[in-house]
Amino acid sequence: MDFSYDDEQNGLREAVSALLGRAYADSEQRRRVVAGDPGFDEKTWSRLAEMGVLGLPFAESDGGMGAGPVEVSIVAEEIGRVLAPEPFVEAVVLAGGLVADLGTDAQRAEVLGALAEGSLVPAFAHAETGTRWEPTAAAVTATEDGGSWRLTGVKEPVPNGARADVLVVSAVAGGVTRLFLVQGDAEGLTRTGHRNHDGTRSAKVEFAGTPAQPLGEGTGDRSGAVEKALARARVAYGHEALGAMETALTTTAEYLKARKQFGVPLSKFQALTFRAADMYVSLELARSTVMWATLVVDADGDVVAAADRARLQTSRASRHIGKEAIQLHGGIGVTAEYKVGHYTSRLTAIDHLLGDGDWALARLAGSVDAHETVDPLA
Amino acid sequence: MRLSLSPEDQAFRDEMRTFFTTRVPQSIRDAVAAHRELTKEQFVEAQQVLNAAGLAVPHWPVEWGGRDWTPLQRHIWREEMQLAGVPEPLAFNASMIGPVIATFGSQEQKERFLPATANLDIWWCQGFSEPDAGSDLASLRTTAVRDGDDWVVNGQKTWTTLGQHADWIFCLVRTDPTADKRQRGISLLLFPMDSPGVTLRPIELLDGGFEVNEVFFEDVRVPAENLVGEENHGWDYAKFLLGNERVGIARIGSTKRMLVEAKEHARGITANGAPLSEDPYLRARIAEIENELLALELTALRVVANSAGGRPHPASSVLKLRGSELQQAATELLVDVAGPLSVASFAGEDSDVPDWAQVAAPNYLNYRKVSIYGGSNEVQRTIIAGSILGL
Repeated sequence: MDFSYDDEQNGLREAVSALLGRAYADSEQRRRVVAGDPGFDEKTWSRLAEMGVLGLPFAESDGGMGAGPVEVSIVAEEIGRVLAPEPFVEAVVLAGGLVADLGTDAQRAEVLGALAEGSLVPAFAHAETGTRWEPTAAAVTATEDGGSWRLTGVKEPVPNGARADVLVVSAVAGGVTRLFLVQGDAEGLTRTGHRNHDGTRSAKVEFAGTPAQPLGEGTGDRSGAVEKALARARVAYGHEALGAMETALTTTAEYLKARKQFGVPLSKFQALTFRAADMYVSLELARSTVMWATLVVDADGDVVAAADRARLQTSRASRHIGKEAIQLHGGIGVTAEYKVGHYTSRLTAIDHLLGDGDWALARLAGSVDAHETVDPLA
Repeated sequence: MRLSLSPEDQAFRDEMRTFFTTRVPQSIRDAVAAHRELTKEQFVEAQQVLNAAGLAVPHWPVEWGGRDWTPLQRHIWREEMQLAGVPEPLAFNASMIGPVIATFGSQEQKERFLPATANLDIWWCQGFSEPDAGSDLASLRTTAVRDGDDWVVNGQKTWTTLGQHADWIFCLVRTDPTADKRQRGISLLLFPMDSPGVTLRPIELLDGGFEVNEVFFEDVRVPAENLVGEENHGWDYAKFLLGNERVGIARIGSTKRMLVEAKEHARGITANGAPLSEDPYLRARIAEIENELLALELTALRVVANSAGGRPHPASSVLKLRGSELQQAATELLVDVAGPLSVASFAGEDSDVPDWAQVAAPNYLNYRKVSIYGGSNEVQRTIIAGSILGL
């Protein structure tokens, strides 16, 4: 068991941190970027591509860097630390991950190569109103006609659904969930984008007999692959949340030292410092669990269960730290001018994108009788 | 980064597990598993079995019985011991006064005390807390005044755990009442509990047990050679000793065992027409504690991996804070699983109420102490806020 990064990994962290630190040196820069479409900075996206970050987890033969989940986690954490709105987890880990897992040679070369170069942004169109965090599709159906496929139905909300150049879409076909690629300019595709509370973008995506290409070969059920891809994204989001939580905590600690009330710094009030200490406890426990889950992904262990455990811990910590960060700042914490509230907003979004703590807990509760103890060293 | 143990550490873990589950008397492990109070003889027997195998004081200097293990190996040793229900080597001996004597004691003191301390031939108790000096230990008032070749000790200690079994006490005393800071002018003395002038009064606790005591000193004469280290530097030794106390205080293995118990007992109880083990709320509660425990265990592994330099990792306060909360959560879970049976705490052997249910409420009440001793959780929050967050 070893939780330390090697020199190369530390180098990656420093490089990404420097790049994003320049792009989002202050919270005003992020506010400017998220004020306009597509909600992230295309130049920063290109620079991440030049650095090799957007191809990190993909095979070199697919145009990627052949790195692993640990490297991905390092990038996600730096994204979270400065609240960079670039859709790294959404495009690279989730949509890209599905293409890497299931795509044909041609599909992988086409999508992943361009994604790594920064010339193509994919999105995963999966969520449907009326269900929550299921690995299956229901509202979009796929039908085959003479060897070509068409999709009908609505996906919503789809993160980056309006900006995406290509959509990976889950749909019901022959009673099972399958996955399809849909080009952004396909006929019968309507996308209505909007701003989310955390500054990112989502869209309502409507398919009206929209031509689609099956992702990969075979006609079997893909919900297992979707579940696994969602699990990996949950773990990566955990790292994004860790970066955000750490900044929320350090920002709060600095504020407690700087802000005076009743003639003394807030840090003189034990009632406040104890609450900050509890935020630290939440952060460190979440960090341990998320790092472990990344190692489980790396070892291709029980990724779904590990992701549930990381999700539960991260969800609890995100809510605790996010809410306390605002409360300890007082009124300034809920203003748009000051950064700390934006961290809470992003943490809240992450919490709900792929499954929150209670949802993960309900799944874990189902299996408490299946083991005696939980042993991370097993 | 690496997920699993190295083959060497895995082998080490297997070796520990085998030893603890086969060489320590089953009757003693059963008593620990049943949360029954151990006799002095059981504590001594268990520690002597460990000491004979070189497993009682692995963190001491090698020449005094230490094993030069890595922090991870020590962690594994402790967790496996708890999982197997083996009573840990007496903390006062193994974690507290032993390392102090080994580090600060004279050669004579080392030779005289360390082998006997490792083997629990001497049972030590701790004379630190006083009625007006708990978390604020520096305000202690017990005095020692030099008279010829002796120190003469007067005053009172309290919360002296298992003092009724103790042969010797390591005692903080004020030797210079005029020192400019309260932390100065304190010394550490060693003396037998049967010295003339020492009186011990047991304090009954909420669970009906007598594990702590008040100790009174009236003109107790202590030979000068029983001073540890330098006169008026006792505070430094106390801090060293209390730093060791926090290590291993998370007791993850022990809490895991309580969760196993809770699951097992819940299968045999009917609630709302179904086995309690199928109650979704109870299952969620167990799953949540299991997850917190996983997070804590992984944090402990991070801390041990980063404490090779000898100084405890600053995050070790997290272990004490959350470790004690989870121990308390597990005892609360057990008393809730016992439900109505839990009120029959002292029903005894003639009752149909099983042992585990009889001890559940007393244990739950007794475990309120774990967030108080070893530096209360409020003290840990102060440490985190100050030394980690800079507040």
